[in-house]
Amino acid sequence: MTKEQIIEKLPYEAPFLFVDEILDVDEDCINGCYTLKHDEYFYEGHFKGHPITPGVILTEIMAQIGLVCFGIFTLKKEIEANKIRVAMTSTAINFYKSVLPGEKVFVKSEKEYFRFNKLKCKVEMFNEEQKLVAKGEIAGMMV
Amino acid sequence: MTKEELLSKLKTIIEPYVQNQEGLENMSEDTNFIDDLEINSANLVDVILDVEDEFDIEIDNDGMDKMLTVKASIEVIQNKLAAK
Repeated sequence: MTKEQIIEKLPYEAPFLFVDEILDVDEDCINGCYTLKHDEYFYEGHFKGHPITPGVILTEIMAQIGLVCFGIFTLKKEIEANKIRVAMTSTAINFYKSVLPGEKVFVKSEKEYFRFNKLKCKVEMFNEEQKLVAKGEIAGMMV
Repeated sequence: MTKEELLSKLKTIIEPYVQNQEGLENMSEDTNFIDDLEINSANLVDVILDVEDEFDIEIDNDGMDKMLTVKASIEVIQNKLAAK
């Protein structure tokens, strides 16, 4: 499965698709990136007259690249024939820097385990200056 | 390992994942992890992984599918221990 095919298999679309490119993927880890558009819908209200990317959106970007893309790659055989259905089951993320409209973020995810259709990963997010933006653990189930 | 020891170890493993404390207090062999203890399916995987570590055994997909109640879990664990 190519990196482009992974993105095609994602069960998201605009305005809730947060993966531009998968940079690297193997059995143990995945790297990908997303550039926040200046007109993302959530900037209208977060915050009033002072747009900053919400932590839940950063978490979503980390989950889409670090867990869902990774899961599609891991389960490629099963997934090629069927539509993928996923459910996030837990997150524990700490945030270190804010992300502004137009910024590009990089997600790096390492597999902790994949057992019984549950994927748990250690996920980090960096900005273009290679500074740590967010870090933590995310788990989800393929259902 | 006696059945009581096994049961006590199992209870310690599942405790952090239990959402219904009353169910845990009244735990019996018939207790169902999802219905009675309100453990979600993702945490059920964690229970299985903790069981593997605690008893040094490997649970396969069949074992996982069976391990929905206390009774069934004890049987699966005992069988795996006996096969070691």
